Amino acid sequence: MSILPKKEDSNCGTSCCGPAPMVLDLNTESLSKQKDIKIATSEITAANRLDHLFARLGIKRSEHRVEPGLYALGKPTRNSPVFVSANYTLSFDALRSSLVGIDGYILVLDTKGVNVWCAAGKGTFGTDELVFRIEVTGLADVVDHRVLIVPQLGATGVTAHKVKSRTGFKVEYGPVRASDLPEYMKDRRATDEMRRVRFTLLDRMVLAPVELLLMPKILLVVILGISLIGGVMGVFSAIVAILAGTILFPMLLPLLPTKDFSTKGFILGFLVILPFSWNAFMATDTIWWLHKGLALSFLLIMPPITAFFALNFTGASTFTSVVGVKKEIYRYVPIMALMFVIGVLLMIVLRLISITGGGSYV
Amino acid sequence: MFDSYTENTLEYDPKLCINCGMCSTVCPHGVFRDGEKTAQLVDKKACMECGACHLNCPTDAIKVESGVGCAYAMMWSAITGQKEVTCGDGECC
Repeated sequence: MSILPKKEDSNCGTSCCGPAPMVLDLNTESLSKQKDIKIATSEITAANRLDHLFARLGIKRSEHRVEPGLYALGKPTRNSPVFVSANYTLSFDALRSSLVGIDGYILVLDTKGVNVWCAAGKGTFGTDELVFRIEVTGLADVVDHRVLIVPQLGATGVTAHKVKSRTGFKVEYGPVRASDLPEYMKDRRATDEMRRVRFTLLDRMVLAPVELLLMPKILLVVILGISLIGGVMGVFSAIVAILAGTILFPMLLPLLPTKDFSTKGFILGFLVILPFSWNAFMATDTIWWLHKGLALSFLLIMPPITAFFALNFTGASTFTSVVGVKKEIYRYVPIMALMFVIGVLLMIVLRLISITGGGSYV
Repeated sequence: MFDSYTENTLEYDPKLCINCGMCSTVCPHGVFRDGEKTAQLVDKKACMECGACHLNCPTDAIKVESGVGCAYAMMWSAITGQKEVTCGDGECC
């Protein structure tokens, strides 16, 4: 019987953000006898692809997991390389599918179904979990060498010299992308290109749907609820502002002027709302200042919505620093809030005036 | 103007560097490069404060305050005054 934690056990209860769970009641003797090696292939099946699609869409978000432990890929010997991965299907599958024709072991850490880089940032893909997983799988008895190939982005959570002193295993940081591993394995050297994260159009676009689907629902309700004041056009423009911030923004990110995500978002939000504002501005069916006021309220309410989602995309981007994001929050969120509130108040006043017959003076 | 990313918390003391090459290996943005006697800090502004260099520097020559960097989490902690929590496991965080 396996003494490894079962998949169900690794699902979080109430306190998932704590440190990785440790199986404490195991004595070292049973650890050393532990040889529960699972089998992995390089093949990506149709079921895998469906799982990837669901993961990208944020469906069953925490269920894209692989059982943590040691996997044999191909026909590994005692000298075969050991690759370390996260127990997120997209991470694990990217690794195994990149290792076509390579015999080796994959050591899957329990990262709660989170990818390598994010889990490393949270510390779940970290030194403690790696040391624990080496011990619980009895890796030292499976291979003769003492080298682990850890994805470079795992370095945000793993301290190589501590792993070495605690387990004897040397951490060798492989390339950022699993797809570079075959090239890397030739001489165990990564080029500068392999060591850099990218943020290509494709990288950004695969994030867009999940950003959209996983945004706090309460935000959507509040935004669409308030935009009802502006009638059909109000709701329509709010939807445009939200989509601009979540879909158009990631797409156009490098093309939008300024460095700050918030200002990029303001510019984009202003551009997409301009037609709505212009439409209100040019209307002639009621008193003139009602239209001009409505046009202004569109420009006050909607661009901050786009800018807000743009600001939140910093979390998905691969280059924004924590200090910088904090600065952005303090600089621009008050402006966003102020514009939004003033715009909403203006729209309410204009609505009340037109409902109570203000427009009849035309 | 409109650039909040001109400064960061990365600090490097070459006097402590033993030239192990770890920082230039782990940095995903080429902030450090291998040098003759010590690692070279070549592009400080590109640092995203992921903390990999700091964590893997055996002599503490590099220091950086890192964080997950989720804007929602930072805003929530600023508003509520509570500790920053991040997403990652269903609804629980």
